[in-house]
Amino acid sequence: MNNIFKKSKSVALSIDGFFDKVDLGILNFKKGASNYVNGNKNEFDQNLKTLNLLEKEADTIQRKIENDFYLHSLMPNYSSDILNLLETIDDIMDMSNDVLNQFDIETPHIPELVKKDFLELISLTAKSVDNAVPAARIFFTSPDEVKDKIQKVLFYNREANALSNNLKRKIFQEFDTLKLSEKIHLRYFALHIEQVSDVAKRIAHLLSSLVIKINM
Amino acid sequence: MAFLFFLSSGLFLGWTLGANDASNVFGSAVGSKLIRFKQAAIIASIFVILGAVLQGAGASHTLGELGSVDALGGAFTVALAAGISIFWMTRLKLPVSTSQAIVGAIIGWNFFTNNPTDYNSLTKIVTTWVMGPILGGIFAVLLFLLLRYILKKRKIHLIKLDGYIKYGLLIVGAFGSYSLGANNIANVVGVFIPSVPNFMLDFGLFVMSGTQLLFLAGGVSIAVGILTYSKRVMMTVGDSLMRLNAETALVTVLAHSLVLFIFSSQSLSDLFVKIGLPAIPLVPVSSSQVIVGAIIGIGILKGGRNIKFNLIGKIALGWVVTPIIAGLIAFFTLFIMSNVFNIKVSENATQFVKNEKVYEEGTTIISDPSTKIIQPNDTLIDLPKTFDIYKPFLISIVILLTIIIIYLLYTIDKLKERDKIEEHQESIEKYNSQQKLLMNELKIINAENSKLEKEIEAREKEQKKIALNIIRKNEILSDLKSNIENLKSKDEDTLKYSDLNNLKVVIIESLNIDKERKTFEKYIKDINNNFYKNLELKYPNLTENEKKLCSLLRLKLSSKEIASILNITPKSVEVNRYRLRKKINFKKDESLTKELRKL
Repeated sequence: MNNIFKKSKSVALSIDGFFDKVDLGILNFKKGASNYVNGNKNEFDQNLKTLNLLEKEADTIQRKIENDFYLHSLMPNYSSDILNLLETIDDIMDMSNDVLNQFDIETPHIPELVKKDFLELISLTAKSVDNAVPAARIFFTSPDEVKDKIQKVLFYNREANALSNNLKRKIFQEFDTLKLSEKIHLRYFALHIEQVSDVAKRIAHLLSSLVIKINM
Repeated sequence: MAFLFFLSSGLFLGWTLGANDASNVFGSAVGSKLIRFKQAAIIASIFVILGAVLQGAGASHTLGELGSVDALGGAFTVALAAGISIFWMTRLKLPVSTSQAIVGAIIGWNFFTNNPTDYNSLTKIVTTWVMGPILGGIFAVLLFLLLRYILKKRKIHLIKLDGYIKYGLLIVGAFGSYSLGANNIANVVGVFIPSVPNFMLDFGLFVMSGTQLLFLAGGVSIAVGILTYSKRVMMTVGDSLMRLNAETALVTVLAHSLVLFIFSSQSLSDLFVKIGLPAIPLVPVSSSQVIVGAIIGIGILKGGRNIKFNLIGKIALGWVVTPIIAGLIAFFTLFIMSNVFNIKVSENATQFVKNEKVYEEGTTIISDPSTKIIQPNDTLIDLPKTFDIYKPFLISIVILLTIIIIYLLYTIDKLKERDKIEEHQESIEKYNSQQKLLMNELKIINAENSKLEKEIEAREKEQKKIALNIIRKNEILSDLKSNIENLKSKDEDTLKYSDLNNLKVVIIESLNIDKERKTFEKYIKDINNNFYKNLELKYPNLTENEKKLCSLLRLKLSSKEIASILNITPKSVEVNRYRLRKKINFKKDESLTKELRKL
């Protein structure tokens, strides 16, 4: 009897630890992307390094949680949904890391006139994922309160999508001095930043369905 | 022996009850894999037996009031009729419950034997059937609200809650099994109580009456049903009523257990009477119908989603149809038994004694009043015969314990042996997989080595090609030199334009000679980078020319070829080679080329 209580406690702690890593990862993504746009190369490198490390740690914790779920048949009715949720949350880390890595490898040139838009897009994306993680965290203790948090995620995601579209339009229609290849390059980065906020939307949908299932 | 033979129909009823109704207690938990079947079956079996023996008398007494089946043949037929009607109605997919079937069969016996049916008891029983699901629903709603309130207040982590619920389900399941045994044992062996031989078994530590032994046998038959057949039912119909989550399963099972407990607890009924409330009717109720009531209660609380309202109609139909069908089958079976097989199904001259207690204060003797039968001419109640079986019981216990200890020792030994074998197999598998891994690594390294060797070979060929090119060009130059000499010796008149043109072509071809040599030297230096480093480390005194000579010797070029590349005579190459050997202290019998290739 003791064993299962201990195991439940340890899995609950692991889940909290996983969320902590993701929270830190999001902060590093936001800082890193902003540092790149502002041209702070050294700080960007530091953020990228930290995010890389956090992503690996989050992966390890996620695998351990998955293992414990299957091994001790925890929450058998919802295990697949919960593991899917954690996997999607881990996607935030993977995608954020990929975006920063792409900045590092491809070093896109960001014209002065769109810097502000890029910074705004990064901020909105970070806000949407920033609200998705607490929503997932609160799901484990008070599922009824998830709904309030989800609204914020969806709002910031919509804002990020709208801004991204405006930014792409601006790049293609207002910058005659840029080559087509440069325009495509910039569009590609706007798209990738926007996609991180789409993962937050996916998390919100998963949480809504899980809350319904749990209350059934 | 005859008693045991006639009891078989009752035991069969017990087996079907265990196989079917255990799923009401543990179905959701086992079906959703919250609890392992083995764990659930052991707990259910133990607590069903305990419930049957300790608290089974109350509900059985009420069945006795409805109609005391006083002949063993009659009891056998009534239980058999109930069993047949359950089997037949299940085949027809009609709602059926053991409680309603047995009541119908008893009424059938009353009709057949012209015994009066106690309509007060019948009203009490039918009211309880209706009250069972309603109470189940009310309890479920109250418990669900309480649980929800606690969870909201405590904000327990879902994973931790899962752990608590798992153990909650085990504890509630144990209580549910106890209540099931206490309430439903009357269905299984209730009709046999008037036919039980009047005796007491003294085990030394406790005394058991014939009725209690009958309950024990019934409880064991239910436990056998749980252990042998309930898994299939739990896995297939565990969730058929409604898909329950863990919390709802906990609440419904607890509500079901409470209802069954209330309708079987004599002490609770006595307590009610003590505080001025009406006595609780102790009646066997359908465990499945109480569970359905509980689920519907929660469904209504949640806004009416997922409720199968047709179940309510089916339950109500079951209250009417099951007793009628069971009664008819009992009537015809009794007719066949008494007329075809000549089995005595009733003692017409007997009379049932009601509400008489033969309890003795301060002793553990529990004798059920329903077991007492008095003959018409008797005026005194016969006291049961007491058999002192303390010694045989003690010996049996010692023998049983010894067998268990021997079995456990044997099992532990076997388990240890199996563990050892598994450990050994595991280490072999580990070793094999490591070996496979090493072999794979070796294969990869070998493949890489052969790739590298091929690359070196190709590069050597390329180097040779360049060297030969230089040699060829040197030959062209020497040809050119001799051609010019020839031209010089010719007269100016005989000198043709074509001769000069030929010379020009040869010169243009050989114009790149220096450039090519430099390229070759750079190439040699690039690819022999490591070689030069190793050479310097081993022989630090070598000059640049000597190092160059070493690199060419390493390519296995002949003295003539080297001479051509370095633009010196073959004799000079020989001399330089001799000096090099001396400088690096090389013996005559040692191969310089081999040594250089090792670097």
